Amino acid sequence: MLLIPCPFCGERAEIEFRCGGEAHIARPANPESETDDAWRDYLFVRRSPKGVHFERWNHSHGCQRWFNVARDTVSDEILAVYPMGEAAPEKLR
Amino acid sequence: MQRYSIFSLARNALTGHKHWQEAWRSPEPQPAYDTLIIGAGGHGLGTAYYLAKEHGLSNVAVLEKGWLGGGNTGRNTTIIRSNYLYDESAALYDHSVKLWEGLSQELNYNVMFSQRGVMMLAHNVHDVQVLERHIYSHRLNGVDNEWLTPEEAKAFCPPLSIDRGARYPVMGAALQRRGGTARHDAVAWGYARGADARGVDIIQNCAVTGIRTEAGRVVGVETEKGFIRAKKVAVVAAGHSSHVMAMAGVRMPLESVPLQALVSEPVKPIFPCVVMSNSVHAYISQSDKGELVIGAGTDQYVSYSQRGGMQIPEHTLEAILELFPIFSRMSMLRQWGGTVDVTPDRSPIIGKTPVDGLYVNCGWGTGGFKATPGSAHVFAHTLATGEPHPINAPFTLDRFKTGRLIDEAAAAAVAH
Ligand SMILES: Cc1cc2nc3c(=O)[nH]c(=O)nc-3n(C[C@H](O)[C@H](O)[C@H](O)COP(=O)(O)OP(=O)(O)OC[C@H]3O[C@@H](n4cnc5c(N)ncnc54)[C@H](O)[C@@H]3O)c2cc1C
Ligand SMILES: [Zn+2]
Repeated sequence: MLLIPCPFCGERAEIEFRCGGEAHIARPANPESETDDAWRDYLFVRRSPKGVHFERWNHSHGCQRWFNVARDTVSDEILAVYPMGEAAPEKLR
Repeated sequence: MQRYSIFSLARNALTGHKHWQEAWRSPEPQPAYDTLIIGAGGHGLGTAYYLAKEHGLSNVAVLEKGWLGGGNTGRNTTIIRSNYLYDESAALYDHSVKLWEGLSQELNYNVMFSQRGVMMLAHNVHDVQVLERHIYSHRLNGVDNEWLTPEEAKAFCPPLSIDRGARYPVMGAALQRRGGTARHDAVAWGYARGADARGVDIIQNCAVTGIRTEAGRVVGVETEKGFIRAKKVAVVAAGHSSHVMAMAGVRMPLESVPLQALVSEPVKPIFPCVVMSNSVHAYISQSDKGELVIGAGTDQYVSYSQRGGMQIPEHTLEAILELFPIFSRMSMLRQWGGTVDVTPDRSPIIGKTPVDGLYVNCGWGTGGFKATPGSAHVFAHTLATGEPHPINAPFTLDRFKTGRLIDEAAAAAVAH
């Protein structure tokens, strides 16, 4: 089980959290004028990288707040935690 | 190929079993092949087998980064059934069950296919309605499935508790009698032996590290053993499919997550069938070795670690004990994980890609073992002819653009 450092509550066991999937996926700004390709990418295509991944987590059984996590998907090691709306740490991109 | 029979067994017994031929060769790769298959799981090996057997194409190599059958093929709980809701899925999975029925004879290799019945439990009014709807839709598609009362379910599977006071009482069950289990390793080994005998090169310990394209067409792959030229390349890499497809610049609608299973200490035969419960999330059967084989769920995050959190099997065991209190003192022996590639609609992707000559068969997620023969069979057709077989025609990569999804996620939404 992951030990996740909630930026508001500190380290807690993973069962207190809900993973919100890949981070930094922006909803198309002009839905009517987007192509089918853009909709496919937004709705369905995911990075699923073997290595550093950026994802959203919610401390659903704690403070209920959202934040971003950078995690290595091979070792499961958590590399960074950063606020919603902020870009992924430069050195991990 | 040395054929296996009671006579060959007797003959080899007389010489102390020292003269059995190797089941397959371990060749070094040739510089070029007509077709390269990336991934020697059941699906990749089966594809090679049917390419050679049904289409006369044997200038084929299967490239495997580890040992053959060491991916999800050798890690799954071997449940086989075809009771899927949508017409497209019913056709695909039932094609597979029909091939399973003759597979041991076809391969001259005992895959231990056992049609012991797969029983899915209903625990509330909603479950009852959903399962009854499934039963009718399966029957319309020619797939067997029948409704059992709780008493009939208990008669079919005596260890099951149908105590009305249970937290999730059993209100009935849907039984597919043609469903069952098989020996997972044997499926990989049987297809490998059959493909090798027809001239296919199976190259183990040879990871693919790049896919080379020229003017939008695939020309070969980079491997740990150097560059290999090919006219067609087929990616059958299960949990690693996004990673391998990215080598050709194709982004996939897939996420790879851990899926775990566990087995108990072996005991005498007590469990005659397969039982699944989507609501409490448990599935269980007993192997011929005597272990209870229990499937747990997926972890909630992308991971290639091939291990998941302990809370996942714990949750499954809670559900198992609710249904089968008789197992409360049983010790669990081993637990492990695989990496499964999940699509948004929980249906596989079988067919062409935007790169000419590059084909993909992936997205089987938590439930592709049952489909091994059928998937391999229709994929071989696709590779040989350049066009999909009617059965896999709906399972395109393009459906995530057109919106023509085959939404088994809504229909099952559970690991199986
Ligand atoms: C715990 C668990 C339980 C399951 N239970 C069931 C069940 O009860 N019923 C059911 O129907 N399904 C079940 N499944 C799903 C099933 O196991 C898979 O869908 C199926 O086995 C996939 O077969 P495959 O041949 O495509 O993949 P795999 O057997 O995983 O083969 C893919 C191969 O590709 C190789 N590969 C990857 N990358 C590269 C590379 N770069 N170069 C070369 N080779 C590469 C891998 O090493 C691997 O051997 C379960 C899965 C798991 C993990
Ligand atoms: Zn918190």
